[in-house]
Amino acid sequence: MTLAAEREAESEVVYPDPTPPVLGGFQGLPARPGWFSQHLGTAVIGAVLGYLLGHWLGNVVGSGYTNVSNSGSNSIAVTGGLLVAVAGWLLGIGAVNYPLAKLVGMEPRPEYESTSWTRYLRYTADHKVVGLQYVIGVLGFFFTGGLLAMAIRTELLSPTSHVFGPGTYIAIVSEHGTVMMMMATSVVVGPLGNWLVPLMIGARRTAFPRVEAFSFWIFTAGYFVILSALFYGGFPTGWTGYAPLQTQAGVGMMSYLVGFAVIGLGMMAAGFNLAVTIINYRAPGMTWSRIPIFVWSILATCALLTLATPTLVAAGLFGILDHTAQTAFYVTEHGGSSFLWQNLFWFFGHPEVYIMALPGFGIVAELLPVFCRKPLFAYKVAAAGMVGVALLSFFVWQHHLFQSGINPDMRPLFMLTTELISIPTGFIYLVGLGTLYKAKIRLEVPMLFCLAVFFNFLIGGVTGVFLSDVPVNVTVHGSFFVLAHFHYTIMGGLIFAFFGGLYYWLPKMTGKTMNKQLGKAHFWTMFIFFNMTFFPMFLIGLLGQPRRVFEYAQNLQALNDFASVSAFLLGASFLIFIANFVWSIFIKPTPAPANPWNSLGLEWQTPTPVPYYNFERIPVVLSDPYHYSEENAPAVADLGEGELVTTGASSPASVAENPRPPAPGVETTR
Amino acid sequence: MSFGGRLSVVIGLFVVAAGFAVWAVVGFMLPQPATVDFTSAQPAGAPVDLTVQTVGSIGTGFGDHPTWVSYLVKNPQGQWVHTTAWKVPAHTRINLTIEQFDSGSPLRNQQWGRVQGTLGNVEILNGRPVSVYDSNSGNGVGHTFSIPTLGINIPLVGVNPNASNVCSQAPCSSPSSVRNIIRASFVTPGPGDYPWQCFVPCGLGFLYGNGGPMSTVGYMGGFLDVVS
Amino acid sequence: MTIDTGQPTSQEVTEPAQEEPRHIWRMVAIWAVLAVVLDLLFYFLVGPHVPPGDMTSAASENQDDFTILFLIALPVMIGVWVYMAYSIVIWRASRKGAPEPVGGPQARSNLGVQVGWIVTTTVIVLGLFVFGTVELVVNAGSGGGEGPNPIWTPTSASVLPVQVIAQQWKFTYRYPTFGGFESQQLVIPNGTTIAFHVTSLDVTHDFWAYQLSIKADANPQIDNVAYTTTRQAGSVTVRCDELCGLWHGAMFNYGSVVSKTAFNIWAKATERATAANTKLLPPFAWTYVPDANGADGGYYPDNVDPYSNSEVYGATPAKS
Repeated sequence: MTLAAEREAESEVVYPDPTPPVLGGFQGLPARPGWFSQHLGTAVIGAVLGYLLGHWLGNVVGSGYTNVSNSGSNSIAVTGGLLVAVAGWLLGIGAVNYPLAKLVGMEPRPEYESTSWTRYLRYTADHKVVGLQYVIGVLGFFFTGGLLAMAIRTELLSPTSHVFGPGTYIAIVSEHGTVMMMMATSVVVGPLGNWLVPLMIGARRTAFPRVEAFSFWIFTAGYFVILSALFYGGFPTGWTGYAPLQTQAGVGMMSYLVGFAVIGLGMMAAGFNLAVTIINYRAPGMTWSRIPIFVWSILATCALLTLATPTLVAAGLFGILDHTAQTAFYVTEHGGSSFLWQNLFWFFGHPEVYIMALPGFGIVAELLPVFCRKPLFAYKVAAAGMVGVALLSFFVWQHHLFQSGINPDMRPLFMLTTELISIPTGFIYLVGLGTLYKAKIRLEVPMLFCLAVFFNFLIGGVTGVFLSDVPVNVTVHGSFFVLAHFHYTIMGGLIFAFFGGLYYWLPKMTGKTMNKQLGKAHFWTMFIFFNMTFFPMFLIGLLGQPRRVFEYAQNLQALNDFASVSAFLLGASFLIFIANFVWSIFIKPTPAPANPWNSLGLEWQTPTPVPYYNFERIPVVLSDPYHYSEENAPAVADLGEGELVTTGASSPASVAENPRPPAPGVETTR
Repeated sequence: MSFGGRLSVVIGLFVVAAGFAVWAVVGFMLPQPATVDFTSAQPAGAPVDLTVQTVGSIGTGFGDHPTWVSYLVKNPQGQWVHTTAWKVPAHTRINLTIEQFDSGSPLRNQQWGRVQGTLGNVEILNGRPVSVYDSNSGNGVGHTFSIPTLGINIPLVGVNPNASNVCSQAPCSSPSSVRNIIRASFVTPGPGDYPWQCFVPCGLGFLYGNGGPMSTVGYMGGFLDVVS
Repeated sequence: MTIDTGQPTSQEVTEPAQEEPRHIWRMVAIWAVLAVVLDLLFYFLVGPHVPPGDMTSAASENQDDFTILFLIALPVMIGVWVYMAYSIVIWRASRKGAPEPVGGPQARSNLGVQVGWIVTTTVIVLGLFVFGTVELVVNAGSGGGEGPNPIWTPTSASVLPVQVIAQQWKFTYRYPTFGGFESQQLVIPNGTTIAFHVTSLDVTHDFWAYQLSIKADANPQIDNVAYTTTRQAGSVTVRCDELCGLWHGAMFNYGSVVSKTAFNIWAKATERATAANTKLLPPFAWTYVPDANGADGGYYPDNVDPYSNSEVYGATPAKS
């Protein structure tokens, strides 16, 4: 179909009023405005009532069991309490209104767009509201985990004297790891993925807005569930939750198992929704070779989220059954296997590692062309790299188990697959370095974060190759070397990319400008103290310190103290971000320019604030958004009414003369 | 207010909130037992007498877990207190008296039936010296008092569970309760925190018997806090 | 909508066209010098001290492997960093006289560069795989846990088996060739090939003898074997390397590698001294079946009164 014919067909489409999709509620009932409608407060009430109900029920069921009366701890009551609390939370926020209304044969009541700030406390079908909710949600997760990290470093100031008892220390370590891992699975997909993907692909909404809102509200429920472990005395297994220690642990373990199940449901929902959106909701002309590279990374991530997470949920269910119904999935003496959890967990866990890496690559690759004023180098290689990483990530999980005695003869195979995955990962470096070549590099705050990702992830990636080498793995497995390695990849890669993305897109998301000086101060303190915190840990690990210990060798105190002090300073660097965020967004907002970075991305071509339905007319995409510094570049998109998105490198007169250039050879079919 | 002023208010409030959060987590949700000080009870260099008891369940008077098995220690004032963190002087002889009120069972690892690390590698069980105790005989071993990093291991032989006067709830102070009295001495090393624990899987209702009281400081494990 | 790239639109840069420097060659020159210098420095200054030292065959092989990987990795990292630093310095927008970037197809892809990159990384990766596999196979597992039936075994005719029994929260050691005595101490002879048989009586632990370069998970009812040959006498640090609960951080002890004579004296003496206890231990076996329940009133309802003969390491029911 030619472009003209496409336009012809487009013009016949009658667009309805941009009415929000139906959210739920019962049409037959009178409207309940304000405090009587459903919001965060009713969710909390629902959760509290649910907890009491579930806990009571669990006590009724389980209190007579011998092990419960002997141990004085009733896993059944805690599991019941947590599960019903999550159900109550979802009921209270209104997540089940729509299906409930349909079940009883009533028409769901339409809910119209609200501009009040209270929409951020509600179950909403607007992907932009959900995205900003996620921003606050993941930052809350992140700073909670960060505080716990500083508690860990406080304990490690001394090799033998203790600030915390060993039980408290293990509980803090486990809580830190689990909170951070839960946060990291959603840190980009949730806020930036939900907010940006529909805008980037020219869609008016995501495919399943209610599923999208569900993913956020169950994610927040997961936050409270995992924190509840501290009330039950914590859990001793770290974020990996190895059984049978898991089965031996007290009721705090239920917070971990239920929490990961709950977060897992959210991950699947978020991934499913965005994957379907990307596949089906692309605007006309948004072919696979034109979608922004960030969308490719989100698509690859979503594939992992939907395919890998069910394994975790199933493994967690076995764990819950071992605790409550006294099955023996993970107990060797009763027919189970301690290896089963390790296999299942890492079968999920390693794809999860790439869930936490790919979106970071996507952000970096998306931002580089904007700040280099050059097209993305080797776009197809970048996309292939992301898909390749996603595929290979399912075949590497046993490299976590090289010394475990599981399938020892398969170690060369898993060494091969693990090292192979560095090839598609290396594609990102090819793309990045190629884009930097002869570029015009603007060292704005988001660009600084992107360059830091290349610096940090290189250290993280290369040490990953050391870990994949089975002989070297004998020394470094389970030591602080591993710990430093994955902090370099996840924090040095993903979290740096996330903050770069926030500085880049917050002006669009909020319409406010972040302070540049504070942003640079945040970057430099975070970058320097991050490296000062985690680089010594490579040495600490090589010198023989295992992970998760509260006592260590005297000769490692100097290195540990250096890392600890740096960690406190790293924590303090986030105060600059918080101050900047609060100051620039809430206290003294400065309106942001429409397109502060001169990006060609479709998301920047919408008005700010973005209307409920994003685009007044569905745009027709004419080329990919990377035609920077190109003579006679094709227009990126036609937003309707002759409003073209162009690079401006060609003479402006030509646009005026010919508002709709034919853009020869442009395919508009999908 | 100036920019700097507002900034300091924001940062100050954040620091206060963060400090409160950590304090709440550590101080309130995960309490640690208090340390009992034995350093000032007698002149420097004199042997320290340490009297502890083990009891099958701690009962309702000592916290949230009435069914859990536990150690108790007699503080210098002569009261039984529920804590396992004991501060003792360095390079000093410790005369340990353990009143075992709990019943026993075979050991998971008979290695812990061997007395090690005490003076003479013996313990005095009800007045008779013992260096190896067969946990498969008699009433078995109820608990051990072991300091792994110092190589100290003292098996605590169990009482007959079918006796009529078994004390099953702390504190056991009735003179008529059936008990085994185990005495042993050792010399403390230089300053440091030395973890001690029990090697009998006595956490009832937990997998491998090592959860609950076995995995909570204050019940079946703690610190020997040696100070100079 | 027209996007302004921020570049001057009306007048062109009037400076005379300069000869564009050969950026790539400059980078390669900087890279080559740095890579060679730093590699040499690492090899001669750091190389001999790379953990875990050379107390055993496994340790020294792993030290060599680490050194070789590092010598390969360093130039790769320096290459990327030199490129980035050079780009930021030369092509940053704030530098006076920086040339305007040129977009278009030639900036979007370069088949030679792409193919070259992919081929290079693939060759390095496959080389590393072959190297790692050869080292693993030739060195009998390189000191890592090889499961119950290792296929890569040492060639030495006499292998001293030492059983490592992990439990919460202590390692003990049994010497089957010396009457099966059990000791809290790890003592092994120098100049001997040792087979460590690692097993657990409860949860998963990991036996990490740092200076020996031995690391093997301990799982209940699994005999995880790891080999090495001792080369020097000295002290050994043993730590648990898999989170095993409350006292995981305190689950360490120190062992020693001593001369063969000293070892024989120690082993014979310990065998005699512990004879009374050894009689009470269960017959030596590669794995034991611990009772999942612990003391009376266990976890599983089918076994409230535990300690049947078969289920416990070293226990027979109390005669009462």
